[in-house]
Amino acid sequence: MNGDLRSHRFRAEREADWRALERLLAKAERGAVSKLTPDELMRIPLLYRSVISSLSVARATSLDAGLVAYLEALAARAYFFVYGARTSLGARLVSFFRHDWPAAVRSLWRETLVAVAILALGTAAGFALVWTNPDWYSAILPDALSQGRDPTATTAFLRETLYKDPKGQPLSFFATMLFTHNSGVSILCFALGFAFCLPTALLVAQNGLTLGALMALFASRGLLPSLGGWLSIHGTTELFAVTIAAAAGFRIGWAVLFPGRLTRLEAARRAGRTAGAAMAGVVVMLVCAGILEGVGRQTIRLDWARYAVGGGMLTLWLAYFYLPRRGEDPK
Amino acid sequence: MTSPAAPNDNAPFARRFVTPEGADLGLVLGTAGDRAAAFLLDIIFMVLSLILFSLLTLAIGAAAGAKDFEPWGIIWLLGFFVLRNGWFIVFETGPRAATPGKRVLGLRVAARDGGRLTTEAVLVRNFLREIEVFLPVMFLLAAQQAGDPVEGWVVLLGLVWTGCFLLFPLFNRDRLRLGDVVAGTWVVKAPRVKLSADLAAGQTSNGFAFSREQLSAYGVKELQVLEAVLRARDKRTMAAVADRIRGKIGWYKAPDERDEAFLQAYYAALRGRLEHRLLFGHRRKDKFDKA
Repeated sequence: MNGDLRSHRFRAEREADWRALERLLAKAERGAVSKLTPDELMRIPLLYRSVISSLSVARATSLDAGLVAYLEALAARAYFFVYGARTSLGARLVSFFRHDWPAAVRSLWRETLVAVAILALGTAAGFALVWTNPDWYSAILPDALSQGRDPTATTAFLRETLYKDPKGQPLSFFATMLFTHNSGVSILCFALGFAFCLPTALLVAQNGLTLGALMALFASRGLLPSLGGWLSIHGTTELFAVTIAAAAGFRIGWAVLFPGRLTRLEAARRAGRTAGAAMAGVVVMLVCAGILEGVGRQTIRLDWARYAVGGGMLTLWLAYFYLPRRGEDPK
Repeated sequence: MTSPAAPNDNAPFARRFVTPEGADLGLVLGTAGDRAAAFLLDIIFMVLSLILFSLLTLAIGAAAGAKDFEPWGIIWLLGFFVLRNGWFIVFETGPRAATPGKRVLGLRVAARDGGRLTTEAVLVRNFLREIEVFLPVMFLLAAQQAGDPVEGWVVLLGLVWTGCFLLFPLFNRDRLRLGDVVAGTWVVKAPRVKLSADLAAGQTSNGFAFSREQLSAYGVKELQVLEAVLRARDKRTMAAVADRIRGKIGWYKAPDERDEAFLQAYYAALRGRLEHRLLFGHRRKDKFDKA
């Protein structure tokens, strides 16, 4: 045996590179990508390639299992960094708002129409049921959600719930609760889609029922226009978000049920990509709705102004999603 | 993976994953056990953060001398909402693509096609948790309140139905959960492996001289077992292994010969011999390999 092994000399020669890459990756993974100098950023891909080549050499010539395991782990880590990201967050956001989000919503138009239809049917059914027989009300709306808004309440109380300034705070606890509840419903609407669409449809219909029941109650006291204002200021945004979430769920459930020429796995993945962009948008919409509900509704107390805001938001969303724009092929 | 065991130890979960440079990264998927453990850890971390956050809002609210706790209640509710829905999403969109629980278990999320892990994919895979985890829990809670037998049966059916979603990862090769299927992701092992010292460093025969026959007793598999033994440095194991090797190669133990020194020297010599043959295209798998 003369002196060191070849594999040992190989390691001694390359080790500095590996260590350097490890240091840079650790720095980047601590979330300090922006702290890396341009020089360091340029070095990572070079070092990554050198580690990949080291890995190939080590696999072919070295029997040091510890070394190969180390290089495999390091190469994988670097791979995820080099190929994983990295358009800047800003660029990603711009592309999301300018293209990905509206395109995803647009491509879901059929599912969205179905969801809107189910919601409308549910609302009509809820309205008709409670209108003809108020006993239905308690069956449709659980007490926790109605909070005293039920057929036994006085008209004055009901009017109060629409205009009352709850202790002068812009964002009342109840509004927050509604917001978190409704956001939860949207997410569930989406997730349930996987179970072959049906549960999503039921959930949307149930939301329609609640809405219809509430409308029937207020209509019986002649308060329907006021309720409309109270609901629409944030409701146009929120219900639109719910229907898009449901549409995204439908897309996935449909792809799993009827994958066509693709495998089920591939069909689900493709549907998931569209649905994901739409859902990211739904989150944005829900935040908008939350702000409108928490701040807007408590400060704006004129019916016409509430209608104006609600209608304006709806118009904005529709224009944003569906107006054809330059530079995109109309399908 | 941290132990330098033979690379095909994880064979059922190892996946070919060829980089554009043409090297196979040999990714290993997280097992169902790893995944479940990571999830439980995350739940524990979430509950702890929630307790901490609750105490904090309470303390600040009290310190501010608020007579009215409603604003703090709102802040708490929003915080709870963000924690419940955002925990997985925020951490998985980070540079490590792993929640704290996954990090402890050495896992990370990756796109199955090897591309970029998008925010959308992370959203999708975590929103689908609702039906995988949340719904079964809801049915479990409902089961305790079920009054009449019909309701009981409905709840049971619901539990079975959602249980299928929960146990889905056990029924596919890649341990994909529903969220992974739809998002096009999977969860791979990404352990931090420290570069351990080269055991063959500086071992220039050290007074030990082995003949070619003595170095032909073993193959790669035995070499790597020996490597593991030397790295663990357990005295009794080393003594036992040294005795086995001495017996096999017919080596007479000198009176002042230390087991570790002997093993190190034999390791270096055997690796030298096997690597030399490797260069000529012979990879001797194990001691039964006659190549």
